[in-house]
Amino acid sequence: MQDITDNILELVRLTSTDLPPDVEASIRRAVKQEAPGSAARGALETILKNVELSRQNSTHICQDTGTPIFYVNYPISWSTRSLRQQIEAAVVQATKKAYLRPNSVDSISGKNSGNNLGGRHFPSIHFEEVEGDTLTIELMLKGGGCENVGAQYSLPSDALNAGRDLAGVRKVVLDAVCQAQGQGCAPGILGVAIGGDRGSSYYASKETLFRKLDDTNPDPQLDALEKRLVEEGNQLGIGPMGFGGATTLLGTKITHLNRLPASFFVSVSYMCWAYRRRKMTITSDLVKYE
Amino acid sequence: MRTLNMPLSDDAIRDLKVGDPVLLNGIMVTGRDAAHKWMVDTFIKKTRQPQGDDLEVYEALKPLLAGSVIYHCGPVVAGLDTKQYKFVAAGPTTSIREEPYQGMVMKHFNIKGVIGKGGMGPRTLAACQEVPGVYLHAIGGAASLIAQSVTRVIGVYKLEFGVPEAMWVTEIKDFPVVVTMDSHGGSLHATVEAHSRAVLQELLAQP
Repeated sequence: MQDITDNILELVRLTSTDLPPDVEASIRRAVKQEAPGSAARGALETILKNVELSRQNSTHICQDTGTPIFYVNYPISWSTRSLRQQIEAAVVQATKKAYLRPNSVDSISGKNSGNNLGGRHFPSIHFEEVEGDTLTIELMLKGGGCENVGAQYSLPSDALNAGRDLAGVRKVVLDAVCQAQGQGCAPGILGVAIGGDRGSSYYASKETLFRKLDDTNPDPQLDALEKRLVEEGNQLGIGPMGFGGATTLLGTKITHLNRLPASFFVSVSYMCWAYRRRKMTITSDLVKYE
Repeated sequence: MRTLNMPLSDDAIRDLKVGDPVLLNGIMVTGRDAAHKWMVDTFIKKTRQPQGDDLEVYEALKPLLAGSVIYHCGPVVAGLDTKQYKFVAAGPTTSIREEPYQGMVMKHFNIKGVIGKGGMGPRTLAACQEVPGVYLHAIGGAASLIAQSVTRVIGVYKLEFGVPEAMWVTEIKDFPVVVTMDSHGGSLHATVEAHSRAVLQELLAQP
């Protein structure tokens, strides 16, 4: 098995410093929606300046390089144990090179490990064996500000008059956006999972954030709900940074899982505008980043 | 756009209104979750005995914070090995987590400005009226751009809290912020939240 530590290191650098084109394009469109001279427009213009500067100087888009979340799809010939070691080695190097801020804190002692390792779940790595001979590693850097405003609802919700159907899902998601205000670095992108248990539901809500901003949901009902939620989320008027304005959400992605008869969870993962996610594929010696 | 130099006078603070963009110059100290809890527990509520270099750091911080600003920020810092520190990325962190502490800390140290993102609640707003002080909003996530306004790292206290949580003493030049909570009781965050809650109620009433 080849050693791809350096390739993973480059994936980390790219993810931390170069905002994906679909996200940048979406922020550029949003600028035009905000009134000239408004704080909202000023915030988005500053954001775009920062995006350009980070790309040009290979510096961090955001100082909170967050939880590194890796999703690894590997062909049968790869060892997950070895891949985990290489990912961890790359994360340590990335921290040394200051691509990543040391972010892994022992929850009991409060001690920062200093190298972004810590226990079995930091960094967060998910493995899935796939057909074919291409290894795919996707990385998301998800900061604490947006992670903190994520929410999970158990339907029905009396307080929100939300039942166990898509109409109920709509209501709780709008509530989550309102609760978040500007705290999660709006404009945000929502990953929503309907169903599952509490754990699988949150997991799926993050996984769905790897979708491109401008794609469509293959389920027409969910696609319509995604579009409606963006529109209605924006009607809330929270705006960039919570300054008030037209752009509160850049996108919503919805997925669903089977659930127990007794449970109906809706999990909302809020991603900040600094939506750092990148993909690397390796087919024999050919390495591609996108 | 107005430029303000630290230390900030009461008059300069009272002149500021919600919505004003400001460029800040002078000495700025970072402090976030661990620092706020440490300051309150050790020196204000005194529920914890000073340990190690606590008292020494306290004496050093007092003149730095008086009339100045505290920045809710966990920077990425280069030069950790050589101690030739430089901020590489230094955007604001979410401020509301300091709501239980901020008002007490402002009053105790006579801090005139709190820089962060997302705004703060009624206790901090009350402290802004009392001190007087302001809450200054930086652009969340604009870390590389903001780091350019941090011209020098003068030193660091409490590095044992970890790099993000340590108290970094810096010099800033033309550090860009917007006043979102002023010393007259004005809060952009309260206004935006009230409006969005009213819209939410309308949307929840629709099928």
